[in-house]
Amino acid sequence: MLYSVVNQPIIVVARAELTAPKQEKALLEIAVNLMVPSATGDGEFHGPSINEFFPDVIFFAGTNFEINRIILIRFLAVAALMLLFWLGTRRMKIIPTRGQSLAEMGLDFVRVNIAEDLLGKKDGKRFLPLLTTIFFMVLFMNITGIIPFLNIAGTSVIGVPLLLGVISYGTFIYAGVRKSPGNFFRNSLFPPGVPKGLYIIVTPIEFISTFLVRPVTLTLRLMMNMVVGHLLLVLFFSATQFFFFTADGGFKLFGAGTLVFGFAFTLFEVLIAVLQAYIFALLTAVYIQLALAEEH
Amino acid sequence: MLHAVIAAATEEAARNPLIPEVYDIIWSLVCFVVILFFFWKLVLPRMQKLLDDRAEAIEGNIAKADDAQRKAEAALVQYTAQLAEARTEAGQIRDQARTDGQRIVAEHKEQATAEAGRIAASAKSQIEAERQAAVVSLRSEVGTLAIDLASGVIGESLSDDAKASAIVDRFLAELEASEAPSHAAAPAAGKI
Repeated sequence: MLYSVVNQPIIVVARAELTAPKQEKALLEIAVNLMVPSATGDGEFHGPSINEFFPDVIFFAGTNFEINRIILIRFLAVAALMLLFWLGTRRMKIIPTRGQSLAEMGLDFVRVNIAEDLLGKKDGKRFLPLLTTIFFMVLFMNITGIIPFLNIAGTSVIGVPLLLGVISYGTFIYAGVRKSPGNFFRNSLFPPGVPKGLYIIVTPIEFISTFLVRPVTLTLRLMMNMVVGHLLLVLFFSATQFFFFTADGGFKLFGAGTLVFGFAFTLFEVLIAVLQAYIFALLTAVYIQLALAEEH
Repeated sequence: MLHAVIAAATEEAARNPLIPEVYDIIWSLVCFVVILFFFWKLVLPRMQKLLDDRAEAIEGNIAKADDAQRKAEAALVQYTAQLAEARTEAGQIRDQARTDGQRIVAEHKEQATAEAGRIAASAKSQIEAERQAAVVSLRSEVGTLAIDLASGVIGESLSDDAKASAIVDRFLAELEASEAPSHAAAPAAGKI
């Protein structure tokens, strides 16, 4: 229940305003409890904490190039991505082999369903490298969240979501300015066809929604989905550990329940990983499309 | 909710997950640039080439099929023409043979008629020659016979009528007996 509310892509932004205050407060309490590391000591339950996302530095401590476990996981995701696509596109044949058709399917998904669908053939081709990069970078870094021994998404620390959000933001502004230099900002902030008096209301709304909310929502939607997904999985599996090995008697039975939930949410997390990658790339394409399609 | 989470986090752990660390941004940027160039310069050009090749192959196959179709149609037209030509030729040959046959039959008929005429003519001339020969021999023989008869008549007593008629009768009998095979010549002899 908690997870479904928190983890739905749009809902995470929209729900804050829409949910009844009481329910919201209850959710907050649970969320806060998740973040708060519980007291240590044997026999106590160890909940997940925010420090999960700030592991110890492994290389280059004290410099601006510190590498910790999550950075290494990102490198691993990048390496896996490059290896798979290098193998999949190494010897392209007109009649594809099995590996090639998988790579083709992935690339065609971005090309047809995101780029060409929204931007058309010509602009779709222009922005295809960026959209493909965003989609697969997010997908591969998301999926590490459920891979055994990695167990944390590379996108669950703000660096990657923020960077991609800023790139998406910069790209749609670039696309709009390139299409109609000088007119892009005027048309974005003062939409044509609106009575002059209304600009007092419309312009701030347009400014906030176009130039402030877009990058922030892109960043936070992705990051919070991954953070919450990880915390939930940690919660379920550490609870299972607690019930099985620490709790007494009948409480051990709860362990089976939390284990089943943990397994179910692991599968759900696969869906979330793909969905978030899709949403990120899709919204970037939508923003570019809106910038290109401004009335000029 | 977000604020609560942040508040909780900052209070407890003194780390704000929304404030990015410099190293986080740097390594994210490295990852992004690497992946961007990988797709931009390697994977997507390969993919584009494949799509072009595939489109070309499909178009090429269509063109090839069209070509084959055209060739087949041309061959069919050619065969039909050849067949019609052969039929005409056969007809011509048949007609030719018929006229040739008729001509040959007519020629042979003519030849046979001519031969028959020639044979008939030669037979006629042969018969005529034989008749001439018979007339000639008969003439000489009748002369001889007349002389024989005369000498016989002279040799006997011409006054004795009975004897004379006996001699004539005997002569005629002898004549009949000796000339029986060639009595056809008798009328001729009689004519003389």
